[in-house]
Amino acid sequence: MRPIATTRSTAGMATGQLAVWWVVASEIVIFGGLLAAYIQYRMSHPDWAGYAEHTNVIAGAFNTFVLLSSSLSAVLAHQAAEAGDGRKAGKLLGLTMVGALVFLTVKGLEWTTEIQAGYTISSNGFWAFYYTAAGIHALHVVAGAIIMGFVARDALAGRQLHRVELIGIYWHFVDIVWIFLFPLLYIAK
Amino acid sequence: MAEHAGPASYVKIWVVLLILLGVSIAGPTLEIQVVTMITAFGVALVKAYLVAKHFMHVNLQPRYVLYVLCTCLTLMLVFWAGTAPDIYKDEGANWVKHGVSPAH
Repeated sequence: MRPIATTRSTAGMATGQLAVWWVVASEIVIFGGLLAAYIQYRMSHPDWAGYAEHTNVIAGAFNTFVLLSSSLSAVLAHQAAEAGDGRKAGKLLGLTMVGALVFLTVKGLEWTTEIQAGYTISSNGFWAFYYTAAGIHALHVVAGAIIMGFVARDALAGRQLHRVELIGIYWHFVDIVWIFLFPLLYIAK
Repeated sequence: MAEHAGPASYVKIWVVLLILLGVSIAGPTLEIQVVTMITAFGVALVKAYLVAKHFMHVNLQPRYVLYVLCTCLTLMLVFWAGTAPDIYKDEGANWVKHGVSPAH
């Protein structure tokens, strides 16, 4: 029996897919509001450029590379799932999870260095935004990686292949958020 | 979604994204503010567009999906615009910002 989420069509798409787009829409408000507030504060605090000098551009750029690459493996997994190749889709999702793990490891090392240097969430407005924005994003990476693990397990067994696209949509959104965080937190000095 | 591109197309998009990443890093080294704005934030918009279109396949979804996403973005901006004066201004006709000396 096919699951309900793949059979309803009153919205012109599967219910599960509609749910993911709703999640993305609500996330736009969350991250959009955070980034808009950051830009606003940054414009009224020129001294924040000095604090931004202490962020590690190489680490940020490497993590951007990792997320862009994990988006590639996620979309290739989606394509494999559409072709009915659950095994390949599962492996590609596993590769995407490795990307998430690498991203979090680099982020952890970066934060450790910054905290040891005395830059904590309570240091000033810039660092408060930095840890809040990057922290909320990192939580989304963790959530995505965990969900992806369940989807990959099912895909390897040839089950619930439609879910590969759903986790992919979420993952690409997480990638897009980082695409904006990177220049805001690391590039603009 | 039979209109999806092949693996080679996805790899091409990925390569373009990496080139744009390089541009966004190299731009600020010129230390010209306008160039930094364009290469960092302009390139970010292009990268986001490429990911949304080619990886998320937003363009292949029913049209209302795009409308819902844009509506949420617009509502967020309206809310932001409504609260922005509280950040930029230190005093108003019927309120004061505590802990901040009014600018004269």
